[in-house]
Amino acid sequence: MALSKHVNPDRLIQESRDKKNHHHSLTKSDPNKVTHPYGARYGTASIPKFHIPSKGTDAQSAYQLIHDELSLDGSPSLNLASFVHTWMPDPANKLMMENMSKNLIDQDEYPMTQLIHTRCINILADLWHAPHSHEAVGTATTGSSEAIQLGGLAMKRIWQEKRKAAGKSIHEPGPNIVMGANAQVALEKFARYFEVECRLVPVSVESKYRLDPKKAMEYVDENTIGVYVILGSTYTGHYEPVKEMSDLLDEYEKQSGINVPIHVDGASGAFVAPFASPKLLWDFKLPRVISINTSGHKFGLAYVGVGFVIWRSKQYLPKDLIFELHYLGSVEYSFSLNFSRPAAPIIAQYFNFLHLGFEGYRAVALDDLKNARVLSRALERTGWYTVLSDIHRVKDAGLLAKGAKQAIGFDEENAEEDGLPVVSFRFSDDFQAKYADIQQKWIQTLLRSKGWIVPNYELAPDLEHVQILRVVVRENMSEALVDRLVADIVEITEDLTKRASSTHALDLLGSHSQSTSAKSHEGKMEEGSASEYSGTYAKTC
Amino acid sequence: VNADDVIEQSKDHPHRKHYTDSSRKTYHQSWSRDEDAAEVPKYTLPTNGIPSRSAYQLIHDEMTLDGNPTLNLASFVHTWMPPEAEKLIMENINKNAVDLDEYPATQVIHSRCISMIADLWKAPKDSKVIGTATAGSSEAIMLGGLAMKKRWQELRKDAGKDCSHPNIVFGANAQVALEKFARYWDVETRLVPVKAESDFIMDPKEAIKYVDENTIGVMIILGSTYTGHFENVQEMSDLLDNLQAKTGLDVPIHVDGASGGFFAPFAYPDYKWSFDIPRVHSINTSGHKFGLVYAGLGWILWRDESFLHKDLIFELHYLGSTEYSFTLNFSKPAAPILCQMFNFLNLGFEGYKRIAIKDLRNARLLSRALDSTYFTVLSNIHKPANRSASKPTKGIDEDDPNFYQIGLPVVTFRQVFTLILLSDEFKATYPHVKQEWIPMMLKAKGWIIPNYNAPLGEENVELLRVVVRETLSEDLVERLIVDILETTESLAGRSSKPAEIPLGVVSATPKGLHQPDKEHGRPNAENFNSSQDGIGQVAFSRQC
Repeated sequence: MALSKHVNPDRLIQESRDKKNHHHSLTKSDPNKVTHPYGARYGTASIPKFHIPSKGTDAQSAYQLIHDELSLDGSPSLNLASFVHTWMPDPANKLMMENMSKNLIDQDEYPMTQLIHTRCINILADLWHAPHSHEAVGTATTGSSEAIQLGGLAMKRIWQEKRKAAGKSIHEPGPNIVMGANAQVALEKFARYFEVECRLVPVSVESKYRLDPKKAMEYVDENTIGVYVILGSTYTGHYEPVKEMSDLLDEYEKQSGINVPIHVDGASGAFVAPFASPKLLWDFKLPRVISINTSGHKFGLAYVGVGFVIWRSKQYLPKDLIFELHYLGSVEYSFSLNFSRPAAPIIAQYFNFLHLGFEGYRAVALDDLKNARVLSRALERTGWYTVLSDIHRVKDAGLLAKGAKQAIGFDEENAEEDGLPVVSFRFSDDFQAKYADIQQKWIQTLLRSKGWIVPNYELAPDLEHVQILRVVVRENMSEALVDRLVADIVEITEDLTKRASSTHALDLLGSHSQSTSAKSHEGKMEEGSASEYSGTYAKTC
Repeated sequence: VNADDVIEQSKDHPHRKHYTDSSRKTYHQSWSRDEDAAEVPKYTLPTNGIPSRSAYQLIHDEMTLDGNPTLNLASFVHTWMPPEAEKLIMENINKNAVDLDEYPATQVIHSRCISMIADLWKAPKDSKVIGTATAGSSEAIMLGGLAMKKRWQELRKDAGKDCSHPNIVFGANAQVALEKFARYWDVETRLVPVKAESDFIMDPKEAIKYVDENTIGVMIILGSTYTGHFENVQEMSDLLDNLQAKTGLDVPIHVDGASGGFFAPFAYPDYKWSFDIPRVHSINTSGHKFGLVYAGLGWILWRDESFLHKDLIFELHYLGSTEYSFTLNFSKPAAPILCQMFNFLNLGFEGYKRIAIKDLRNARLLSRALDSTYFTVLSNIHKPANRSASKPTKGIDEDDPNFYQIGLPVVTFRQVFTLILLSDEFKATYPHVKQEWIPMMLKAKGWIIPNYNAPLGEENVELLRVVVRETLSEDLVERLIVDILETTESLAGRSSKPAEIPLGVVSATPKGLHQPDKEHGRPNAENFNSSQDGIGQVAFSRQC
């Protein structure tokens, strides 16, 4: 039989069914009526895919059906591709279930939930050294995307007001925003959706794959609404130098009189830096930082669905963006892109604040970094990999011989570079020279078959020829798991290098063929339907 | 008076020593909870944490001060799911809907939901529908508006015309999300005032006067949040067809079906409002309203992918596959999407239909009861469709929603202008009984029913509103009727001593009392110069 490249599985299944006979109506054994122990009538009948079934099925079988289908999903705890936290203690789960039906936006109906929301804002404002934490304003969001867009929108509105006051046009030329090319997709989305010119500053190996403040200054002008500085590049976990950017913008203001604010995208870092690197200057201590966002569901250690944005003072959040809600005799204010939203993730966030406290968060952050360093060193010692992230390297390499410190497993607090517990690595130059035919993306595929999800992708524009593998070391990535991961990576890499092995043969097949499955095409985009690839790497995080 | 200071001054300070002395901690849970709590500051991160059980108990206890979601009749948001669905939620609470490649089965379920909704909304078979789940209808409406804005900009650019002054037309009864879209995206809001005669909704004949060459589209609300009335999509579409025939302007329609999108197809399957009207480019709905899922889910669908400009779609290169993103949020929980599929399978069309019919039946019961006492009911779902027929003719199923005027299961009512109380002894009028006291008194009984002003055009009318959701059973409706009547009568009766009630009630409003805990870290009236600040927000913004 000739191998066809374009088999439509849906049709195939349709053709393979038992031919319909009408015995059922005669014997009165309609499968719809029979209470099957498992899966009920969808045990053998096809599940409706394109329309709502006219008759329902009982709750138990609907549950079982979806539950079983979902076993095809990857395991969230082995998903090392994502920064999103995946575990909370049982009491937190219980608390969330109890509050599953609460809507955060019903401020008057659920006053205690509102207080908890307010306390979260205060705690974060205080953690980030807002000059007067009661002056700071902020809101919970669904995630950092919404938070970043709100931050950007506020900067845009301030710029528009300034221009209007000066009698200048806000359309010609329009506003622009400056950020590193390593930015996450949300930052670029803000620019495109809100019609702000996106000025991407190229990254280089010398700039540690992140924003170079000196280069960024070349992109700043009077129409720059602000600079997005990323605390924790999603590529390599490097912190962008907020202080240096701020100093350069101070100088710029002195020379030109133009005030360009900074928004810090601390999606991951704003919950790591305060605990692991308390001396690092990046937050509201720098007067130029007017707003900060973070994801509660990353290193805030809550489940997916909570982010925060906080402005250092109300004056940086234009009134124009705030909507009044008149309700039940009280007036409330709303400034978010989403309206109704679950209250449970915010309650979970507050649970963490109480349960962990500063010391608890610090312990988690330090453990994450410790495990990330173990992984980094182990990978480097194989000789096959070069690690691009720097958290396992000592800050001032000149003081002591680098090798010597690493050899003794140097573990003194803050001796290593600051950064997120992220390990980015690639085949070393030696390895590439020796095994030129081995493609790095095979590591991803082969790890996946063992359950690990480790993405392989290109670096940001200008370095897009470099492919990296990335592991995010989260709280649930214990030392035992790191141990297994290293063993699996070593085994796979070794296998690939052995010319006789089956994995090597796989590699020779070339690019792994994309399945032409029709499963998910209905209601989904087809290849090429998006805007032109902008160059920045848009990735999940 | 600063409550925080008072509490601080009233504490037993010598005991501090005792609290921190861990050796003296008791193991009885309620005791250890108090000891743990004593070390936890409210507005800063505590230095040391407390055991997870204490943290749980502390928050759990605090949450009892919240209203009860079941009795929250102010909101359209659904508050109950069967235990099987809750199990599914807990199993998947750590899944991120945006990790497309990591969770392929979740993605397939997402796509199937889109397909099912497209079919429900009668999307033409030959077009390529696209859509996405959102965090709620707000995000969905903004995406719909953004797509219309982009489309208009492209058309204007191609014609060599100025594209910096777009406007959008919708009724003054719009939910805050619609106005938010306009303000956040620099689109001029053209609010069509509403009239009591036109049921407090946008009249298409009025709306067409606001449309011009800079109109990016008209947003039509299927199910006004004020009274539950459906705005007339067909009539608006016909008027816009006329306009196009005359002027060549092609103005699209976005239907905000936040509530109606999951209600009209089941209760009124023959009613025309969705993609079977060609001018409807996009529709949004909330899975967490009549989609019967917990808060955190909305949907938006475009009739064809050509209506969603490529600029708005981001390509994600990831894990060897290419995925597309066109939402405002990125990471978001996958559990609500799975719950939506659970409902589709569990309930099916029939199940949704039965719930819709039941909701309407209970809403009619409440409407009739209120209408026959001290109130005027402004929603119409209890009135026969044929206005002339006062009694149902024989042979018609009285339970069939089509026998009555169409709308959401919402009961909007107001006190008859002068409250007339009939009792054994006397007949008197109480013009001074304020309607806003009724919800305050009801709240003491647990019910949450909002009182607010009608939209621009009729803004002096005060309305009370009850949303009849699946959880408001007939039994609860009966209790509600009893409590409303009792409250109204007691107010009228007691207000013969006028000095007492107003004072007591007024002090219960948040403005009367200094509440430091509430004022921290959030915008308040002083910060933003209150409502008199001429921001120009006209539409009434309320929860829904």
